[in-house]
Amino acid sequence: MVLAELVQYVATGLLVGGVYALMSIGLALIFGVMRVVNFAQGDFMMLGMYLTYFYAMSGGVDPLLGAILTIPPFFVLGFIVHRGLLARVTGGGDPQRQMDAQLILTLGLSLVITNATTMILTPTPRGIRTTYATQAFALGPILLNQARSYAFAMALVLAAAVYVFLTRTDLGKALRAAADDPEAASYQGIDVRAMHGLAFGTGIALVAAAGGLLATYYPIEPSVAGNFIVLMFVAVVLGGLGSIPGAFVGGLVIGLVQSLTLLVLPFQLQNTGVFIVFLLVLYLRPQGLFGRRARTV
Amino acid sequence: MASRTRGWLAIAAIVAAGLVLTLVIEERYHHRVLTLVFLWAAMGLAWNIISGYAGQISFGHQVFFGIGAYVTVLLVVKAGLTPWIGMGLAVAVAVLAAVLIGLPTFRLGGIYFGLATLAYPLIFRIVMDWLGYQEVAVPMIRDRPAWFMQFSEPRSFDLLALGVLAATLVLSRVIETSRLGYRLRAVKENEQAAEAMGVDAFRSKMAAYVLSAAPAAVVGAVYIHAILFIVTPDAVFGLLVISQTLVVSLVGGIGTLWGPLIGAAVMVPVSEVLDSTVGDRLPGIQGVVYGGALMLIMIYAPEGLYWRARQLIRSRAGRGAVATRAAIAPPLDDAVASAPTGSVLLEVRGVSKAFIGLQALSDVSFEVREREILGVIGPNGAGKTTLFNVLNGFLLPDAGQVRLRGEAVTGLRPSALCRRGLGRTFQVVRTFPHLSVLENVMVGAFVRERAVGRARGIADAALAQVGLGDRGEDVPSGLTTLELRLMELARCLATAPRLVLLDEPLAGLSSDGVDVMIAMIRRVRAGGVTVVIIEHTMQALLRLADRLIVLDQGRRLAEGAPGEVTRNPVVIEAYLGKRWLARMRAPTC
Repeated sequence: MVLAELVQYVATGLLVGGVYALMSIGLALIFGVMRVVNFAQGDFMMLGMYLTYFYAMSGGVDPLLGAILTIPPFFVLGFIVHRGLLARVTGGGDPQRQMDAQLILTLGLSLVITNATTMILTPTPRGIRTTYATQAFALGPILLNQARSYAFAMALVLAAAVYVFLTRTDLGKALRAAADDPEAASYQGIDVRAMHGLAFGTGIALVAAAGGLLATYYPIEPSVAGNFIVLMFVAVVLGGLGSIPGAFVGGLVIGLVQSLTLLVLPFQLQNTGVFIVFLLVLYLRPQGLFGRRARTV
Repeated sequence: MASRTRGWLAIAAIVAAGLVLTLVIEERYHHRVLTLVFLWAAMGLAWNIISGYAGQISFGHQVFFGIGAYVTVLLVVKAGLTPWIGMGLAVAVAVLAAVLIGLPTFRLGGIYFGLATLAYPLIFRIVMDWLGYQEVAVPMIRDRPAWFMQFSEPRSFDLLALGVLAATLVLSRVIETSRLGYRLRAVKENEQAAEAMGVDAFRSKMAAYVLSAAPAAVVGAVYIHAILFIVTPDAVFGLLVISQTLVVSLVGGIGTLWGPLIGAAVMVPVSEVLDSTVGDRLPGIQGVVYGGALMLIMIYAPEGLYWRARQLIRSRAGRGAVATRAAIAPPLDDAVASAPTGSVLLEVRGVSKAFIGLQALSDVSFEVREREILGVIGPNGAGKTTLFNVLNGFLLPDAGQVRLRGEAVTGLRPSALCRRGLGRTFQVVRTFPHLSVLENVMVGAFVRERAVGRARGIADAALAQVGLGDRGEDVPSGLTTLELRLMELARCLATAPRLVLLDEPLAGLSSDGVDVMIAMIRRVRAGGVTVVIIEHTMQALLRLADRLIVLDQGRRLAEGAPGEVTRNPVVIEAYLGKRWLARMRAPTC
């Protein structure tokens, strides 16, 4: 039945999209607060997958719990990376140059992480065996993979937690103030540099957790970052650079597009649909679905 | 000119040194490293044309490298065509691709451009996979190896790569010293100011993109025959290609042809040596070295080795020398107040412009007559600068029409309007900060003059005209506010305008400065140029303007001779206030 097949593709797309949404939120948070396009985001996701794997192998920790447990160490790591690397690139006061320099810095960081991981952990793919990875919930004719369903649900919970943090807590409000107008925020006694560290730490922690969730059904290897960083960029641009709800919706849309592309194109071309959507959004609505268009003159 | 020949001599010396190395080196492996240095230097130079000169950081330049590789090899495999000809076709395909990619992508500014360029090589990768070209080997052809670029003697590849490098160096040098080079630097430094000075930013970027795609395709084609022998999507469209390009360019320094050269000479041997000594035990050591180099250079010398070294040498040489500056005296007020001739130069009809929730201009109409000085006055937020932005094409009006010398010009780009004789200056001076004062003005002069030498002459004359004749070699950051405003005026005059729009040229000037500027503006008009000037203070405009227009909340409140306007009760009510009235009546003012 054609309709059931379509619903199946939509459901699969949304489930995958939930995890994309979580990793994209991290990227959007970093860009929204710091104006940094973080090329190494995919690599931190990969490291999150490995940490979850090691939790599972050494302590028998279920990856769904392991994903959550990646948050504290990666928050600290992100904070250190910001303080030690990103905060030292200023661009000589020219915001455009600073943005370019920080982007290139994170590109360098990405190369180092990918290749160092290859050197240390070998390129061999690994996987975490779980009972639910191969099982599915059946909703009538629609099958929902259990691992993806759990990952989706946890991604939603984490995304909601971020949203509450940003909108309801004082710290979250200070973070948003630093994002909107760093200068005015600093006059209000907000430590903008600390806010940037907080944003980077949180962004990294989120993508690492998303990696942990992904590890329940996706092979873990050092080169996995390359497959996902572009999807994150697309999701974030789709939602409007820096918009958190936008990135969330963008992630879901990417999952949907990927899944629905399979209805019309062969498997190898799965991501062309995503890139076409990406380019169309850039050309037709560069501010994204949720972004505000900046005045130029 | 001396520095000009020096540049060419330096290129000749580099090529000669490359030749000597090629002949001296014996070991096969060293030849391979040398070939790699030449090829990556050429690739870095190609990238530098669009990202260094034009400032459009491209993260997808390996698209052209990959097109060069694939097209050339597929032509050998499928059609038996020699790569010497195939390379030419590959360049044509790359240029076509650059046009097709550039057309939509250059509409994006800033970070969006870089992000969009990421997508193209990925699309090519997927499509090549899908077409079944996961691995295309260069077929061995034994009977005519040279005809198929298959040399057994490694020197031949060195020479081939050196030839590619030499050609790219010459191309870079030609661009650097041509009008296009100046325009690209202007676009990089301040795109809007460049547009206002007659530089069509889109066309300039497009030209740079095409010029940088061609050598990248050649490098890709040669790289396959000299180094790889097998084309895979990952090897030519992958992240490592762009990383290597970025590394050699950024480590060396961008925006100059010496940067990628230095970067390649330093980084390629380092990574090759590491790869050959510990590469089999530590796969990925190259990636770590490149990534580390990118990080270190961004933190410690983001401008690159070339610029850092130059700065060190300059500061050592320049220590102790204190620049002497002569105070600018107001020019003799020799300008005879020429009466407006009355024929209409610029006609504004019913122009309206709204931003979200704010009507910045509503139904504004007026005329500017030949050789008059028209003052536009009004409180903050009255829409004065918005009016200028509409007049010179930065903004498209929601309604209404602008005619310049009878021609409807609404919707033209600022550069097109500048070529039609409309110049402007900005409320906050917009310089090209890394260009010298003379070069700033030359950007304007290029509107009328293609040759660099003559443009320099025009710029010199324009600087002398505003009293900055001896400041040409300075950088804008060394100028005072008055000098900056004068430089901007000179840059505007160098475009040989019929009409200039001056946006608050007196703002931030001392009273002496105001005198200089006012005398200068009078002199501009005496030279036959019509002036529209925005000013805050009524006092200054009364000394200068033939007629005044008063804007308030986007509407034209009044228009007429200064005397009439200042007595207009509506104007007094809305703008001047009762105190003005009192002051005007008092004899002391």
